[in-house]
Amino acid sequence: MITEADTSERGGAEALQRYELNGAYDEMFSAADHPRKQYRPLHNLLLNLGPDELRRSKNEADQSFFNQGITFTVYGSDKGTERIFPHDLLPRIITAAEWEKIERGLTQRITALNLFLKDVYHEGKIIEDGVVPGSIVYTCKHYRREMRNVKVPRDVYITVVGTDLIRNPDGNFVVLEDNLRVPSGVSYMLTSRRVMKQIFPALFQKCRVRPIEQYSQELLSTLRSLAPEGRSEPTVVLLTPGSYNSAYFEHTYLARQMGIELVEGRDLVVHDNIVYMRTTFGLQRVDVIYRRIDDDYLDPLVFESGSSLGAVGLFNAYRVGNVAFGNALGTGVADDKAIYAFVPKIIRYYLDQDPILEGVETLLMSDPGQRDHVCQRLDEYVVKAVGESGGYGMLIGPHSTEQERSDFRQKIYAQPRNYIAQPTINLSTAPCFVEGSIEPRHVDLRPYVLYGEKITIIPGGLTRVALRKGSLVVNSSQGGGSKDTWVLQN
Amino acid sequence: MLSRVADSLYWMSRYFERADNASRVLKATYGLILNPAKFSTEERWYHAVSSLAPGAANHVDPQRALFSLVADPEGSFSIVKCISGARENARQVREEISSEMWEHLNRLFHDVTGFELQPDDDAGAMRIVTLVREGSYRFNGITATTLNHDEAWHFIQLGKYIERACNLCVILDAYFVIGKHPDDLDWVGLLSSCAAFEAYCKACTAELKPDRIANFLLLKPEFPYSVRYSVDCMHEALAAISSLSLSRRTEKVERLIGRLRSMVTYVQIAEIITGLHKYLAGIIEQCRELHAAVHELYIEYPIEVAFQN
Repeated sequence: MITEADTSERGGAEALQRYELNGAYDEMFSAADHPRKQYRPLHNLLLNLGPDELRRSKNEADQSFFNQGITFTVYGSDKGTERIFPHDLLPRIITAAEWEKIERGLTQRITALNLFLKDVYHEGKIIEDGVVPGSIVYTCKHYRREMRNVKVPRDVYITVVGTDLIRNPDGNFVVLEDNLRVPSGVSYMLTSRRVMKQIFPALFQKCRVRPIEQYSQELLSTLRSLAPEGRSEPTVVLLTPGSYNSAYFEHTYLARQMGIELVEGRDLVVHDNIVYMRTTFGLQRVDVIYRRIDDDYLDPLVFESGSSLGAVGLFNAYRVGNVAFGNALGTGVADDKAIYAFVPKIIRYYLDQDPILEGVETLLMSDPGQRDHVCQRLDEYVVKAVGESGGYGMLIGPHSTEQERSDFRQKIYAQPRNYIAQPTINLSTAPCFVEGSIEPRHVDLRPYVLYGEKITIIPGGLTRVALRKGSLVVNSSQGGGSKDTWVLQN
Repeated sequence: MLSRVADSLYWMSRYFERADNASRVLKATYGLILNPAKFSTEERWYHAVSSLAPGAANHVDPQRALFSLVADPEGSFSIVKCISGARENARQVREEISSEMWEHLNRLFHDVTGFELQPDDDAGAMRIVTLVREGSYRFNGITATTLNHDEAWHFIQLGKYIERACNLCVILDAYFVIGKHPDDLDWVGLLSSCAAFEAYCKACTAELKPDRIANFLLLKPEFPYSVRYSVDCMHEALAAISSLSLSRRTEKVERLIGRLRSMVTYVQIAEIITGLHKYLAGIIEQCRELHAAVHELYIEYPIEVAFQN
């Protein structure tokens, strides 16, 4: 445990000596040796702590993560590799005013994207009106024809959202990606908060940080609000692919926090379009499924026929309204990276408002002019495959080799619809404790949004850190870590 | 409770008990080997392997027996394998067990697997045995004090005691039937293998008589490492589970546990001591039948049966 002595600044404390600003927006310093107001208590603390004390706290935090089994699995490496989720010791701090704007912006964006989904799977007015081309919507990898004219409870498609925001060099938050399928990471937000309270109790109290612990209750009541009509005491379950999934820790954690059953596909039985789970008491009806499985694997009758992760007949039960899913099926069409380019138009179309949060300029490789422009300057752009997530299938131009660029050029020309390009953005940096000193590292921010009876945004989120020096990739599968995110009270 | 969850809890508990049993047997055997006695080290190890993995007794090299029984990555019966099995099952049902149980089991797993034991490192092997001995008392205590004593607890109890009953029978068989002319040291070894030496001395004095020992380990209702005690606990767990699931057809399970109980309740040691091997084999067989019946009733029942209820 660390308590800060409230002494005045001692210039050039040891741990902060190697802190070099690199032109990106820095979360802590507005200029060298000028900490922003919200960071002053933390800055003071850092000036007074030696590297040894920081290292001790870091070990204490690591041990706490390890003993709690807060781990994730890395695909493609040796079997059964469980690692603790890499995390950074220092909190990332967001002011009340900054948060207020994020909150308004996300509410607006999620509302519009949900209306878009409803429209796309029913009348398709936005396509008819020529705002978003049908050629892009219907070719989305995650567009699900099966969802045409399926009525979903409350018309809510995206129950849980984890939108990725970044801060550009002028200090504004912009949206980098909408994750509307099965966003993960919220358990790291919740557990790292617990650890941080243990390690920096006095700092935490002094900063007046808004609580996030209510997430699980909010999630449960959001899910319950989706229950089929007439089911006043609905049974909610969390459907996991199983213990070998990289996010399994999170599934168990959330199920336990909500007090609901964690089921696997093999626990479910569908009979006469009603879903049951197999219990020691016999079969028990299931009303709402918080599914952490991709659309493709939910029902072998309708989607991937070889999948054993879901259950036979699940989709029909869903279609007739006997069971609800959070999130609905087919939401991936709205977080396709090509659709992303149209989100400002989508917001204007449905809400008649200007977007509160900007997006990143996005070039569609299906457009011949934009394609040629980008392919000649691949070293300036970030190229992403439209249907991928987790930082896979991506080229970061300035950090790429000639060979990688030429490979990507071929891929783009072979499947133009599959790629988009964005200018490389210098993500903001935040102080991190790395190898005994405090250095800036690039970060993003993933707040979690719940949509049931209303939209609820938990004041906080997952700040992901690119722990490798200079790296812009924050995904945990690729050397990223996380930080606790403190949203301050007014 | 989900059937799959009940199954994992049951197996978590069985594997853990198996590791606990192996650690007791190995500790006792290792203690015996240090004494000069009429039996060779090889014979002692043969004994130990027979008490833990009867099928493997003829394949295991006595020189490497301790290593095989503690950490052999090939063998399915080593302590490390059992702890991994317990932990893997616990991992599948993390939301059902208490955080304290998980943290303790997870740490024990990392402690015993982090050793990278070499085949000739007896001291290292014994350190793992000691870790598991101590870890086991702690885990049982944590489980009893942090978990609701509801259905999950009863499946854990069932797994633990069905495993214990079978293990005790195998150990008794190894000493009474396979062993040649055991002496006092062997009887101490047997009692220590069942964590029973002190308890036996208290109840029957330190006079080591084979039929008294058999009586104590088989039929003593007050001693936690006796077959009788284990069967009583299985009965209690099954009764609790069946009272929770009113609608299920529990006749078969009730008949089997009733028969098993009568086998260890209404019997005198003089009646069974001559045909002990057959008697012990009978208990193991009935445990097996009971396991199958429980599995069919609560875990993998046919859907049609579920809709008839």
